[in-house]
Amino acid sequence: MSSTPAANFASVADQRSRIDARHDTWFRWLLRCCALLVLAALLGAALSTLWGGREVLFKDGFHFLSSDAWNPVTDDYGALAPIFGTLVTSLIALILAVPVSFGIALFLTEIAPTWLRGPVATAIELLASIPSIIYGMWGLFVFVPFMAGIEPTLSNTLGNLPLVGKLFQGPPIGLGLLTAGIVLAVMILPFICSVMREVFQTVPTRLKESSYALGSTTWEVVWDIVLPYTRSAVIGGIFLGLGRALGETMAVTFVLGNAYSISSSLLMPGTSISSSIANEFNEAVGTHRSALIALGFLLFVVTFVVLLIARLMLRRLARREGA
Amino acid sequence: MASSVYLRRRAVNVVALCLSACATILGLVFLAWILWVTLKNGLGAITPRLFTKITAYADQGGLSNAIVGSLIMDVMALLICAPIGVLAGTFLAEYANRTRLGATIRFLNDILLSAPSIVLGLFVYVIVVLPMSNFTHGNVSFSGFAGAVALALIGLPVIVRTTDEMLQLVPGTLREATLSLGIPQWKMTVQVLMRAATSGIITGVLLALARLAGETAPLLFTAFGNNFMTVHPLDKMESLPVAIYQYTNDPNPDLHAIAWAGALLITLFVLALSLLTRLMFSRHKVRYD
Repeated sequence: MSSTPAANFASVADQRSRIDARHDTWFRWLLRCCALLVLAALLGAALSTLWGGREVLFKDGFHFLSSDAWNPVTDDYGALAPIFGTLVTSLIALILAVPVSFGIALFLTEIAPTWLRGPVATAIELLASIPSIIYGMWGLFVFVPFMAGIEPTLSNTLGNLPLVGKLFQGPPIGLGLLTAGIVLAVMILPFICSVMREVFQTVPTRLKESSYALGSTTWEVVWDIVLPYTRSAVIGGIFLGLGRALGETMAVTFVLGNAYSISSSLLMPGTSISSSIANEFNEAVGTHRSALIALGFLLFVVTFVVLLIARLMLRRLARREGA
Repeated sequence: MASSVYLRRRAVNVVALCLSACATILGLVFLAWILWVTLKNGLGAITPRLFTKITAYADQGGLSNAIVGSLIMDVMALLICAPIGVLAGTFLAEYANRTRLGATIRFLNDILLSAPSIVLGLFVYVIVVLPMSNFTHGNVSFSGFAGAVALALIGLPVIVRTTDEMLQLVPGTLREATLSLGIPQWKMTVQVLMRAATSGIITGVLLALARLAGETAPLLFTAFGNNFMTVHPLDKMESLPVAIYQYTNDPNPDLHAIAWAGALLITLFVLALSLLTRLMFSRHKVRYD
C-alpha cells in the first residue's frame, strides 16, 4: 500500500538517498580522475621524452652518454658536454647560493627586528617571482659586461693559485660557466632561503632558550642547536634549489655562450642540457631532434631524482614536528 | 685564558652576524639591480606603437600580436588548469586526505611543481604538436592551443596545492554541521566547503597565473611564434616572452629596446600579481616553491 503518507514519504526518501549516493559516486570519480591527471602528467613527461628520444637512446645509448661529440652534419651526438655544463653551473650556483641563503635566513629569523622581517622576506621572495627571461636579459646585457670587467682581475689573482688556478684562466669575455652559475645562484636563492627560514621557525623556543641560558651566543645557538635540529629539511631545501638550477633554461641560455666544449676553466663558454634544447630544437630535424628530446629525458630523470630526495628530506622534518 | 676564549666566541658571533646581514643586503642588491635595469631600459622604450603595431615590422613595429597572443594563451591555460586543479586539490583534501593514493599524488604534485618547464614543453610537443600535425598532414602543427596546454601543466600543481591546503583550513565542524542536515557529500563539498575557501582558491589561481605568465621555454616548441596578429587557437601564436627571447638574440639594438619594454610589461604584471595575492590574502599562508 503505497498510498499511506508514511510509506510514501519513506519511498521518496529512499529514492532520494539512492540518487544522492549515485551522484556522490560520480563526483568522487570525477575528482579522482582529475587527481590522477597529475600522475599522468609526470609519467607522460617521462614516457613521451623517452619515446621521442628512442632513436638515439636505444640505438647506441652508451655512446650517447659517454661521447662529447655534437655534430648535426654527421649525426653524431653525445650528451657529455651538455651534462657537464648543467652539472658545473648548478654546482657553482649551489656553492654560492647556500651560504647566502643561510645568511639571509639567519638574519630574518634571529637578528632582524620584527618590523623588518616581513618586508625583507617578501622582497627576497620577489626574486623568485621574476620571470627567468628577465634574468636572462639582465644577465646578457648587464651582468655579462660586468663580469667581463672583473674577470681579468680574477685571472690575475685566483688564476695564479695552485690547483684552483686552472679554473680561473681563460678569455675574459664575460660569457661562460661562472657567469651562468652566478645568475643561477641568484635565481635559486629565494627557494633555498624560504625553506630554511620556515624550518628555522619550527625549532622549539625552549631549546633555544636553554642554550641561551647556558651562555651561548646567537651564532652558537644557530650553529649548534637550530641547524642540527633542522638538518634534514635544510638539505631538502638545498636539493630543491638544485632541482631548480638543473632545469633552468632561459637565464642560462643567454649567458652560457652555447659552445659544445668541456674545459677546465670556468671562464670558458659552455652549454647545458636545457640551453641546447632551447637553442636548437626548432632548427633540428630527424636524429638531431631525437637527440635533443633524449637530452630532455636525461634532464627529467636527473631532476626527478633530485626533487624526490628533496621532498623526502623535507617530509622527515614535517613528520617529526607532528610527533 | 678564559677571557680569550670568551673574546674569541664574541668575535666569531659578531663576524657571523655581520656576514648574515651582508648576505641579506647582497640579496636585496640583486633584486634592486634587476628591477632598476628593467625599469630604466623598459620605460624609455614604451611607446604607443608598442601596443598598436605587430612584430612583423621588426624595429619599426611593436608587440601587439605578442601581447594579444600571451593574453589568449594565459587565459586558455587557466581555463584548462583551474577546473582540473581545483577538483584534484579537492580530492586530496576531502576524499583522499589520509590514504596512500592521496599521499602519493600530493608528493608527486610537489615534484611537478619544480619540474623543469622545458621538459614539460617537450612533453606537449610529443603528445599535442606531433599528433596534430600528423592528423592534419602538416596543416596544423605548432599552435596557441599547444602552448596553452604546456602553460596549463605549469599552473596545475600550484592550483592543486593551494586548493588542497585551503580546504584543509576549513573547520571540521562545518562539515559535521552540513552532513548532519542530510546533505550529500558532493553538495557539501561544492556549496559549503569550496565557498568557504573561495578566496584561498582564487589566490591559488592568481599565483598560477603569475607563474605561467612569464614562462618562455615551454612555448618555444609548442606555440612557436608568429609575426602576425592571430586569435585563432590552432595558429602558431606569438607570445610576449618568446618575442623578448627572439629580440634579445638579435644583434639589432632597436629590437633590444622593444624587448626591454616587453620585459617591463611582464615584470610589472607578474610582480603586481604576486604582491596583490600576498597582500589580499596574507592570512592564508601557502608556499608555492
